[in-house]
Amino acid sequence: MPALSSTLSPDESPPLPAWSRATPQRGYVHAGRFLPWFAFAAAVLCAGGLFVGLAVAQTDPHQHEHYRIAFIHTPSLWLSVAIYFFTAATAGYGLFRRQRLLSMIASALAPTGALFAFLALWTGSLWGKPIWGTWWVWEARLTAELLVLFLFLGYIALQEAIDDTRRADRASGLLALVGAFGLPLLYFSVFRWSTMHGSAPQGLSAPDSPIIAAGIILMSLGLLAYATAATLARLRNVILKRERNSEWVERNFGARP
Amino acid sequence: MNWESWSQFWAMGGDGLYVWSAYLVAIVVIFTEIAVIGLTRRSILEHLGRYAKIARKERKPRIDDSRF
Repeated sequence: MPALSSTLSPDESPPLPAWSRATPQRGYVHAGRFLPWFAFAAAVLCAGGLFVGLAVAQTDPHQHEHYRIAFIHTPSLWLSVAIYFFTAATAGYGLFRRQRLLSMIASALAPTGALFAFLALWTGSLWGKPIWGTWWVWEARLTAELLVLFLFLGYIALQEAIDDTRRADRASGLLALVGAFGLPLLYFSVFRWSTMHGSAPQGLSAPDSPIIAAGIILMSLGLLAYATAATLARLRNVILKRERNSEWVERNFGARP
Repeated sequence: MNWESWSQFWAMGGDGLYVWSAYLVAIVVIFTEIAVIGLTRRSILEHLGRYAKIARKERKPRIDDSRF
């Protein structure tokens, strides 16, 4: 564009849009900078949440101590769903903007999301057995959560199966987006029939037990901080692996001669 | 505080099996993830170092751009 370059000296070139400044190199530096803070917050908040939930909170008159599984079950569930939509958003935005760092963030998020989906199902099963008398029922919330887990596993499998990272990002991003639109559809269609599951955040909606609510909130924040820290740590691995041929990686991580 | 003794705490009013196995699984899974991330990082750094050494032998020295 000659008209533009003739009016601007090299020093005052127009600023690049924000998304194009988000390079993998900057992502690596910022991930490393924020990682210890999130790890620290996760340790403190989870310790507080476990103390409140397991030691301070009172015994429930109906469910006795079984309800204490909620302090790990509910935050895991919220996080798995939140991470899923965040994965789909970053993967989708990376797909249409061809923004590599966003696709890397998406692939760093997915394993942690799968972990929390697995935890939500597993702890839910351990809660369902004594209360409902069964490990599993085909019911709206449980089925939707199982789908979240399978979508995460599908996303990870697609990424691993395709060697060309750009094609892998495209295929898995598409899967994540389809899931993000399909998931609410499935949830609300199945939800219309019948449900055995208790109303969502019982601890939060019950004003008579602010201690239980505090425990669940503390654990949610703590596990959110953990998920962020784990994602940042994994993001650094993903960046190094994908950018291994770039000059800055070689300069900073190549062996000393 | 809901408990009067440690044994009461570990027993969880007889529901300990379900409650503690839920937390045990969570702890095992989370610490496994931390270990996997750390081991992956270590192996990546090892490979990067080895790769750079080979590349340096095979290639002409890079122009030092700090002089420009």
